[in-house]
Amino acid sequence: MTQFRVCHSSRTRFLKIRIAVLLIIVAVALGRDAYAQTNEELLTTKVEIGTAGGGLTVAQRVEPKTLNPVIALDVASREVIWRMMADLIHINRQSQQTEPALAKAWTISSDGRRYTLALRRGIHFSDGHPFDADDVVFSFQVYMDEKVASPQRDLLLPGGKPIVVRKIDAYTVEFQLPQPYGPAERLFDSIAILPRHILEKSYQRGSFPETWQLNSRPEQVVGLGPFRLKEYVPGTRAVLERNPYYWKADRLGKRLPYFERITFLFVGTDDARVMRFQAGETDTINRISPENYSALAKNQNGKYQLYDLGAGLEYNFLFFNLNDLGTKFPQISAKQVWFRDLNFRRAVSFAIDREAIVRLVYRGRGTPLWQPVTPGNRLWLNPAVSKPQRDLEHARALLKSSGFSWAKDGTLLAPSSEPVAFSIMVASGNAVRVSMATMIQEDLRMLGMQIHIVPLEFRTMVDRVTNTFEYEAAVMGIASGDVDLNSDMNVWLSTGSTHLWHLHELRPATAWEAEIDRLMQAQITSTEFAKRKQLFDRLQELVAENLPIICLATPNILVGAKANLGNFRPAIMEPYTLWNAEELFWR
Amino acid sequence: MRKQSQVRIAVYTLIAAHAVILLGDFVAPYPYAVQNRDYSFVGPTRIHLIDRQGRFHVRPFIYGLRYRSPEDMEEGEQIFPIRFLILGSEYKLAGFLPARTHLFGVDEPARIFLLGTDQYGRDQLSRLLRGGQISLLAGFVATALSIGIGLLFGIIAGYYGRLPDEALMRLTEVFMVLPWLYLLLAVKGFLPLNLGPIRSFLLVTVVIGLVGWARPARLIRGIVLSAKERNYVIAARGFGASDLYIFRRHILPQTMTVLLTQATLLVTTYSLSEMTLSFLGLGISEPVPSWGNMLASLQQYHVLTSYWWMFAPAFPAILIFWGYYTVANSLQESGQ
Repeated sequence: MTQFRVCHSSRTRFLKIRIAVLLIIVAVALGRDAYAQTNEELLTTKVEIGTAGGGLTVAQRVEPKTLNPVIALDVASREVIWRMMADLIHINRQSQQTEPALAKAWTISSDGRRYTLALRRGIHFSDGHPFDADDVVFSFQVYMDEKVASPQRDLLLPGGKPIVVRKIDAYTVEFQLPQPYGPAERLFDSIAILPRHILEKSYQRGSFPETWQLNSRPEQVVGLGPFRLKEYVPGTRAVLERNPYYWKADRLGKRLPYFERITFLFVGTDDARVMRFQAGETDTINRISPENYSALAKNQNGKYQLYDLGAGLEYNFLFFNLNDLGTKFPQISAKQVWFRDLNFRRAVSFAIDREAIVRLVYRGRGTPLWQPVTPGNRLWLNPAVSKPQRDLEHARALLKSSGFSWAKDGTLLAPSSEPVAFSIMVASGNAVRVSMATMIQEDLRMLGMQIHIVPLEFRTMVDRVTNTFEYEAAVMGIASGDVDLNSDMNVWLSTGSTHLWHLHELRPATAWEAEIDRLMQAQITSTEFAKRKQLFDRLQELVAENLPIICLATPNILVGAKANLGNFRPAIMEPYTLWNAEELFWR
Repeated sequence: MRKQSQVRIAVYTLIAAHAVILLGDFVAPYPYAVQNRDYSFVGPTRIHLIDRQGRFHVRPFIYGLRYRSPEDMEEGEQIFPIRFLILGSEYKLAGFLPARTHLFGVDEPARIFLLGTDQYGRDQLSRLLRGGQISLLAGFVATALSIGIGLLFGIIAGYYGRLPDEALMRLTEVFMVLPWLYLLLAVKGFLPLNLGPIRSFLLVTVVIGLVGWARPARLIRGIVLSAKERNYVIAARGFGASDLYIFRRHILPQTMTVLLTQATLLVTTYSLSEMTLSFLGLGISEPVPSWGNMLASLQQYHVLTSYWWMFAPAFPAILIFWGYYTVANSLQESGQ
């Protein structure tokens, strides 16, 4: 508008030029949309129609380690990468159900082993190169390659054997599984479809894990996601720009995403993220700690809105060392007599004040837990699992029935009449879990147990849990990646790599572990939801009854966004906020 | 003159602070580990003399707290006068005298938190006093150890010279280049799990002390070297005095000033080492407090900004360290 004021005399001429330019733009846009409708099979979203333009700024604690979706492990990398990538079948983070993505439709054979996916026709990668079945075959080849060492590789080898991927025609791919797979098409979520035309050379040279690093040229990083890399400033920011070839459109046929760009700032600490958000420098924020959430809520000025989404998928728990130690640590072995006593574990569970943990550690923004599935997992939670309140009398009765007694000063004595004292190991860097351990220490003191808390550096602690077995009890947490409980298979199988309390079992050590093994085998090959639900319900009962892990609490997922951000639909599954980045817009 | 009065103030401050900390269990109204879970992060209790009706009370009093939510506590209606020399939980005064009398307190169910509470609703004042005992004890034990070893090795090296001197001095160099923080981290990783917090703390303290002997040893060696060439020492030896007699009579007194200066400096250094370790979560572990692990909660942003009373342990630490440094300075000057 300033232009008009400055050149007042030539106002009309300018106006004419402007209208002409506008007409050309409209014509081009219309032509392109018409082209899109005839040749591209775009996915039409059903959400509120937004206005295009503008951009989004978010702050991350640290910068990504890589831009390569196949080898990315850390949250920071995935947050950035997955704004630029797409998968065949996607889990809607809000409904927690699968929905079509790059595959517009799919069929599963009656034996549950053959999946046939129909791909979207006529769509393009972010560099304009067309996408077809060859890219899909290539992507799965890379993910399943042992040399690439993708953290997702295990998922693509149900029963230990690889999935056979076959191209039927340019837009149809067939996946032959070695055995039926319980979670079915959820398998395809978060497997990024890679551009074969860009990556095949480096893959064949064997340098694939080194490609798409932080110093890669932006135009080399090509994907099918709503945004593409524009600029990467190491240690400072990553700027993504709108992918003009994206394959989703709104109901009016307007191609998504609405935003022109997303900027990720790397600010160093979670506190810095909160301060930037509070100052209005960033537009959305996820993973807010309960304390910071209260601080943000207190100083709210109406510019942003905070969301307490309720329980997430993370469960924190206490567990005892039930490993076979042989003659390695006689002192720990002596205490394992108590740990293996179910009444002892039940007494501990009854003595823990879970409500207080939620109140003090999560400042009320969490849920007490008695089973390894959180109320956030609507699909799989077994609501019938009993949730006994804290009951010290009952705990004492349980201990008594197992031959424990009390000395005059209240010290709990084992049946062998030695005082009950043991240590709880916890990661020194995790303030939340250290607090939980401190509260458990006080709770168990009420039963006459003397607890030592041993804060150790995280890696030392994991080494003790998984390798040396030199610990007595520990507080840890697991954050499931998917709502489908199959993702925690490794925890429950007696041969699983994260069967923390008792690793490397040759045979299931107890009857209930044998039953869990059977449940797990049955669920992985069953494709019926009702059947699998029944099996997982039983799993939750068995864990709650036998307490291999004593579940404590789960934190709520806390996020925030500017109040005028349209289509903002945060979810309890990662990445919580930007999973539908293509639909977001400014009101 | 001004310097002298400053030193006097420092000495009195130190005496007072140590007395209060030594009698900490008597001054503290509650046991340090008791969690009042309905009183998480409650600010210092307000002490009143005039009630809401405007009446004046001779005996100071507090209002009982009414719990609404973790974030929201308010003063209730009921008045609880502060009682002095009140009977409370059992403790051992100065570590051995069993007692139940506390300096002050209020009747149940009210609680008095003069310095507020921490996350678990534990009384900060009670923890501060016990934490002081721990942190200062760490300083004393470690100092005694390193001065003791330093004295022994310094005298041997300085007096006998030659091979023992060479060997010991090379050893001091090895110890002086040890990165003690990392050494302690390593030691901590190797400690057995079943060590109680007090024993693991003593162990860490001993390690701090053992690593620190090199500096005093070198200083003492220098003094011994010059002392043993003095005429009266040579004369004593000529009269047939034994080595032990010469150490006791002529050499030890010479080292006294240096030893005292070193000790006053080392107490603060080692207390600070213990605080550093505990601050990093690797020193003394819960529920036993030390000034270090009490200050550790300030690493969390919300604590730093919302609960100012969590800074409390920093003030006595600063005061006591200032006292020690002032005394060490004046000792050094008088020695010269």
